[in-house]
Amino acid sequence: MFAPVYFDCNATTPLDPLVLEAMLPYLSAQFGNASSRHEYGRAARRAIDEARGRVAAAVGAHPTEVVFTSGGSESNNLFIKGAAACLKPGVLAVSAIEHPCVIKPAEQLARRGWLLHKLAVDAEGRIDADNYQSVLAQQPKLVSVMLANNETGVLQDIAALAVQAKAAGAWFHSDAVQAVGKIAVDFRRLNAAGVHALTLSAHKIGGPKGAAALVLDKRLEIEPLIAGGGHERGLRSGTENVAAIVGFGVACELAAQRLASTAPRLIALRGQLESGLREIGATLFGAGAERLPNTVCFALRDVDGETLVAHLDRAGFAVASGAACSSANPEPSHVLRAMGVAAELARGAVRISLGSGNTGEQVKDFLNTLQITLSKLQRLTAIAV
Amino acid sequence: MLKLPIYLDYSATTPVDPRVAEKMIPYLVEKFGNPASRSHAFGWETETAVEEARDEVAKLIGADAKEIVWTSGATESNNLAIKGAAHFYSGKGKHVVTVKTEHKAVLDTCRELEREGFEVTYLDVKENGLLDLDVFKAALRPDTILVSVMFVNNEIGVIQPIAEIGEICRDKGIVFHVDAAQATGKVVIDLATLKVDLMSFCAHKTYGPKGIGALYVRRKPRIRLEAQMHGGGHERGFRSGTLATHQIVGMGECFRLAREEMGVENERIRMLRDRLLKGLSDIDQVFINGDMEQRVPHNLNISFAYIEGESMLMAIKDLAVSSGSACTSASLEPSYVLRALGREDELAHSSIRFTLGRFTTEEEIDYAIKLLHEKIGKLRELSPLWEMVQDGVDLSTVQWAAH
Repeated sequence: MFAPVYFDCNATTPLDPLVLEAMLPYLSAQFGNASSRHEYGRAARRAIDEARGRVAAAVGAHPTEVVFTSGGSESNNLFIKGAAACLKPGVLAVSAIEHPCVIKPAEQLARRGWLLHKLAVDAEGRIDADNYQSVLAQQPKLVSVMLANNETGVLQDIAALAVQAKAAGAWFHSDAVQAVGKIAVDFRRLNAAGVHALTLSAHKIGGPKGAAALVLDKRLEIEPLIAGGGHERGLRSGTENVAAIVGFGVACELAAQRLASTAPRLIALRGQLESGLREIGATLFGAGAERLPNTVCFALRDVDGETLVAHLDRAGFAVASGAACSSANPEPSHVLRAMGVAAELARGAVRISLGSGNTGEQVKDFLNTLQITLSKLQRLTAIAV
Repeated sequence: MLKLPIYLDYSATTPVDPRVAEKMIPYLVEKFGNPASRSHAFGWETETAVEEARDEVAKLIGADAKEIVWTSGATESNNLAIKGAAHFYSGKGKHVVTVKTEHKAVLDTCRELEREGFEVTYLDVKENGLLDLDVFKAALRPDTILVSVMFVNNEIGVIQPIAEIGEICRDKGIVFHVDAAQATGKVVIDLATLKVDLMSFCAHKTYGPKGIGALYVRRKPRIRLEAQMHGGGHERGFRSGTLATHQIVGMGECFRLAREEMGVENERIRMLRDRLLKGLSDIDQVFINGDMEQRVPHNLNISFAYIEGESMLMAIKDLAVSSGSACTSASLEPSYVLRALGREDELAHSSIRFTLGRFTTEEEIDYAIKLLHEKIGKLRELSPLWEMVQDGVDLSTVQWAAH
């Protein structure tokens, strides 16, 4: 039995051993409640403060701008619903390719008197400039566009979009959970352009599940999603998850430190992977756009994505047929559909998302396995016909 | 060898039991998959672990695993239960009933509902901290849609008459929510017999990790909720967001241990608590807050008269205790829970909450008794109030100069 190769780092990443090491004391002797005033509590508080500093430093924010939450979904819900609660209903715009945890809260607002626009993207998955202009002309109060797409890895020019949104008077939020650790993210610079809030998450960058943050411009007043006790400057109540927050801090620091060395390595691996895929006639989605160094989304004509990933899993490669969160959903990806990909081809979509632990050898093996799997599938199809 | 400070604040949070931590570690190392990943074994193995843990949580409370929704903690569970039910059933009425001694997570959430146009009745408690059922019944109205009463109070440890309240609510068709964050492993919870519709839990008060909780949502009769966190549709749409597998596994394991060990453990803890009480009973002017019968064995909340609370906490730094609940301990306000019992501010000010737990030893209790004797004597020597009382002055008749 050989260990399967993990190519699904956009779903979640393995915990970095250094992160685990930093967390362990907070799962044993350092167990205090950070709100307690005795030494056990104060030690926990110091650990959280330190982690807050690390998270802030990794994305060029001030520690007081970091609000810890339980996950990226919560951060996105917090911003969208929390900001809306402080505003009179008006126009709201989110991109058509957002993660469901942005789209669903936006749809929730649409049921409460907000007018929701889903921003169109072009064939490469980038925000369509004309459509964006026309939506901005309606003076939206809230705009949310993700920094990097989880399925295709396509990047948006958030700073440029925010500058325009700022001129229209909108509060601009960006879900950056897939971007941090893979590309440089600088909240100070983005904030100057007009980005008011960023969503970050630990488990996408070698940190633990259960910790995330909303980086928030303090000039914005938003309502909390979870009340009671007034933790996190009143923006998020509930006993802090100290161990996970500590892990998040270390993961952010490591990600920032290693960015310069990991990004080129991942780009090289992706290049190797993509040339192999092109050779067998795969369609690569968003390949004409700037993308995350680690993500490849492809489809092969007449090959069902679900079937292919099931075979690949048996052959020892863990990849995704869509975003993990909607893997249960048999509908073709809403991201690819928004890019104008035909439903039939979109059903063939397979996502490979690499991590720092992956190697060229693994990519080579994968391409070989893919070839073998495809000929097997073709034989099966031939028999069926 | 005694480790100082001695931890007597188990109601704020508990250490993670080493057996729980051990069970969690593999899910921080090799079993790191996203339980929502359906396309590979990394996802399947964590999904299985999540479901096993769900079974363990259900078993401790006499529920079905399908009735358990994972959340990030009891605060989130309380928010989801109260806002979720109030919003869903707002067509039937907009009146909510709760109690003044509830945790902030319930009270602040109710305040939020008030701002949205709901009406909330905050009931007083009796001097012993318990809810008067007649007062409760009288507060219910035809438009009451939700009642929220905690199982075990976090500051004084009293156990509210949940079974009786449940009967009344069910009879009137009112949704009944119970914050049971402080109850698991301390009192028997059987949702097969209790007429409770929603119940909040967390792991970190029961020797599990922080950052994980659950909400029990009854299926028969079926209770509906409006989700508070939207997204990928995890937890049957009740609560979206990637499941933190290691924390969930930890919660399952700590609830399993609670189920197996609570009988024996609670007797041991009761003995230690009684030893502490006995050891302090020869100090003058000490008052126990909250009923001693309807109370978990872990808790002792005592007011030491004529001692200022802050100097008390400073003097007994070798004991990690709290003067109120951890969540409100940053404020110097006297505890709102003790005030609700009718304690005067001065008494409330000098109250200390001792909460004992799995790792408390007899040696630690004896050390605490000795230290308290010593320090209380010293503090009272310094207290002008104590001096006046010793001289026979009735403080309630004294006219204090304004300052």
